[in-house]
Amino acid sequence: MAAREHILHKVRTALGRSAGQPPAEAPPAWLRVPEAGRERRVRAMLERFHGKTRRTWSPDEARDYVAGVVRGRRAVASPHPLLEQLGILALPEVQAVSGRPEDVRDACAGADIGITTAEYGLADTGALVVMASAAESRLVSLLPGLHLAVLPIDRLLTGLDELLTLLPDPAAVSSSMVLIGGPSKTADIEQILTLGVHGPTEIELVLV
Amino acid sequence: MPARVSLFVTCLVDQLFPQVGLAMTEVLERLGYAVDFPEAQTCCGQPAFNSGFRGEARAVGRHFLSVFGSADYIVCPSGSCTSMVRHHYGEIFHKDAEALAAATQVGPRVFEFSEFLLEVAGREDVGACWNGTVTYHDPCHALRELNIREQPRRLLRQVRGLELREMDIAEECCGFGGTFSVKFGDVSSAMLATKIAAIRRTGAQAVVSSDASCLMQLRGGLTRAGLGVRALHLAEVLAAA
Amino acid sequence: MAAAFHQRIQEALLDERLQTALYAATGRLMDKRKSGVTAQQCPDYQELRAHAHLIKRHTMENLDYYLELLARKVEEHGGKVAWCRDAGEVQTFVGTLAKERGIRVAVKSKSMLSEEVALNEALERYGVEPVETDLGEFIIQLAGERPFHILAPAMHKTRQQVADLFQEKLGGKREEEIEKQTRIARTVLRRRFLEAGLGISGANFLIAESGAVVVVENEGNARLATSCPPVHVAVAGIEKVIPRAADLALFLPLLGRSATGQPLTSYTSFLSGPRRAGDLDGPEEFYLVLVDNGRSRILADREKRQTLYCIRCGACLNICPVFRKIGGHSYPGTYSGPIGAILTPQALGISHEPELPFASSLCGACAEVCPVKIDIPKILLELRSEVRKTETRERRWNFEKLGFGVWAWLMRRPRLFELVGTAMLELLPAAGPLLKPWTEWRDFPHPPPKTFRQLWRARKAGA
Repeated sequence: MAAREHILHKVRTALGRSAGQPPAEAPPAWLRVPEAGRERRVRAMLERFHGKTRRTWSPDEARDYVAGVVRGRRAVASPHPLLEQLGILALPEVQAVSGRPEDVRDACAGADIGITTAEYGLADTGALVVMASAAESRLVSLLPGLHLAVLPIDRLLTGLDELLTLLPDPAAVSSSMVLIGGPSKTADIEQILTLGVHGPTEIELVLV
Repeated sequence: MPARVSLFVTCLVDQLFPQVGLAMTEVLERLGYAVDFPEAQTCCGQPAFNSGFRGEARAVGRHFLSVFGSADYIVCPSGSCTSMVRHHYGEIFHKDAEALAAATQVGPRVFEFSEFLLEVAGREDVGACWNGTVTYHDPCHALRELNIREQPRRLLRQVRGLELREMDIAEECCGFGGTFSVKFGDVSSAMLATKIAAIRRTGAQAVVSSDASCLMQLRGGLTRAGLGVRALHLAEVLAAA
Repeated sequence: MAAAFHQRIQEALLDERLQTALYAATGRLMDKRKSGVTAQQCPDYQELRAHAHLIKRHTMENLDYYLELLARKVEEHGGKVAWCRDAGEVQTFVGTLAKERGIRVAVKSKSMLSEEVALNEALERYGVEPVETDLGEFIIQLAGERPFHILAPAMHKTRQQVADLFQEKLGGKREEEIEKQTRIARTVLRRRFLEAGLGISGANFLIAESGAVVVVENEGNARLATSCPPVHVAVAGIEKVIPRAADLALFLPLLGRSATGQPLTSYTSFLSGPRRAGDLDGPEEFYLVLVDNGRSRILADREKRQTLYCIRCGACLNICPVFRKIGGHSYPGTYSGPIGAILTPQALGISHEPELPFASSLCGACAEVCPVKIDIPKILLELRSEVRKTETRERRWNFEKLGFGVWAWLMRRPRLFELVGTAMLELLPAAGPLLKPWTEWRDFPHPPPKTFRQLWRARKAGA
């Protein structure tokens, strides 16, 4: 307590403000949401996504495509209703994560592929928005070498500005919102780019 | 009556590069200006200001303001000195109402040489003729504090017989920086070496700059390296006919 | 102090391999930034900078309000806030927490602040092994060095040096291929992520209205450090606050473009507290460590308070012609480059390294690229003035002080100036040793036969 009061006191003294004094009016947030029809957004997303993309036109097509990706490999998936509906959780190679966090962690650590949904897509940067919940894991998209995300087309937004207009406080919804702009990468050694430092080496997008 | 301009040659030009002052005079007279040189001038105070001696900078600044108080146009061969008067006098005189008022009056009337030619005289072609290849070095203060980038290039492009070759790092500092050049001489010279390598890459016969301090640094390095590449002030090229 | 500073500079300048790596790496980052802020890529770039400056200014000018809001929101989301006045309090808090939880291993993602408060050394004293997981930080931790650059801590290392380091410290086959070196780091560190009891991160931004910590990265180590271990501690300076999540629409692309030319990195995490009820994974406990460590004092200076607007993009380092020669290790203190040159004297006091504000040619390139428009050259000039005032106050006389005193006296007396000037030009040939600081590196101009004044008079007389 003492440190808190001390710091706040120093800050107030530095600024000539008093305790409880309301703040000055804040400059507005800079939000510019462009107009873009769905097809344009889809085209942009497919172009800019930093990995393989597949646009599917039916639940069966989506499931069959994912089945092809996971064939012969070990996959974990978030226990999300969408993945359930698409029949992805029922695929033999796919294990839906559950149980204690340590179990989730161990399952993910031992898998080649992690399948999640994405809450939103950001078309201008080809990014995915993944939000942690009872149905969506943090580690499924992070520990395995390949992250495959299933995104409903109507969740495709124009970009970050639109996301933050829709969701002015992500903290109200989830303890963790991650914007995934590409695979894990680094250029820390001699400025030479390598992929898959800690996170997935590859990401894939399936649009449904 | 021809319009009158007052030369502020700067201490560096006065003492070490007088030909730059002469060159400026020739060009200005060629364009029909009556040029005068208030002999009481010495310095704008920048060296003291840059070294942290604001009191001394103020003293010298007040002298400058008294010398040039009644000038219509003050033309200067250095972007850094021009910027000192236009931008920094307001800072150092913020507690001296009288000097501040004078600085507010004089500031808008001080021009860097290429600025004056383009924006006041409205001339790109000053009747110059200089045969050879040249590359241009942007002096930092002119570039960043006065936004002088195109002006010298436009003037150079009008010089008959002159081929202007752009350096790949024209905007990089030459390493002078006032007393920095001697306090951190090793760093200054490393920066200079990088600049000289870039000048060489252009294959130009001369490097042109519009600030005598850059000139001092560049020429000093070029002659030491024995490269036979000349370092000239913009005014010297424009005066050639 | 000054001698040590010059010594480090000299060593950097003489290291040819370093010079090549440094110039190339910063050049590449500069080019990337440039491609990210073209008129086509970012048409509003100048307005964005101006607006970002405004928002930072507003936040700093009302910081007490935003800090209280932030703390309240963090607690609402199940997290706890530790307020730390200085490095010692940070060390004590994190060390004690780790000890109480029986934690033996802490994985860390990049945090310059943790470097500033010497957290790693403190953790070791508490019996905790700190493991740096950002590849560059991992490398320099193994090498026992300080970070070389805000974004690229191991910029100065070649793959050969990394190969030697990995072989020496990690054992196994010596690998020079960068892909293989990355794999080695991934494997070694993956184990640590999974076994660590504590994850320590920094924060690029603190969102007051959300009670959230925003961590921007490309590797994924920050995500792992904040998702695998049961305890997450985020350490951040109080100046990292921005008001709203919506402000990220401005700041994230600005940071990304200024740092590496990309509007979005691989991962941007918006973390608000420990996992919520029902969440599948994530930490059980979350602590936000808010650190003052001199920032409130910088806040008090109206002119220089903008130093705190810095979003740590590294653009000023990459473009600084001085940094590109002397490198990050020459600078005293934690932060290098132009931002370091203004932050360190204000944080540690001018007397820590009085020559630091003078190690600049004032070219202004830094101010041109700063995404939040910090007027670095102006602050450098103010710091120089403060150094002189300190010298006067402490009655310390030096040649420069004397010199400028005489110089100013002379400059107000034009006829004397002319006399002395002419005399000095005559004496120039004999002045050899006096001119050495200049002539050591380049030629001094030949004294002209006549000064401009003399030529002018002759001209007038002739005309």
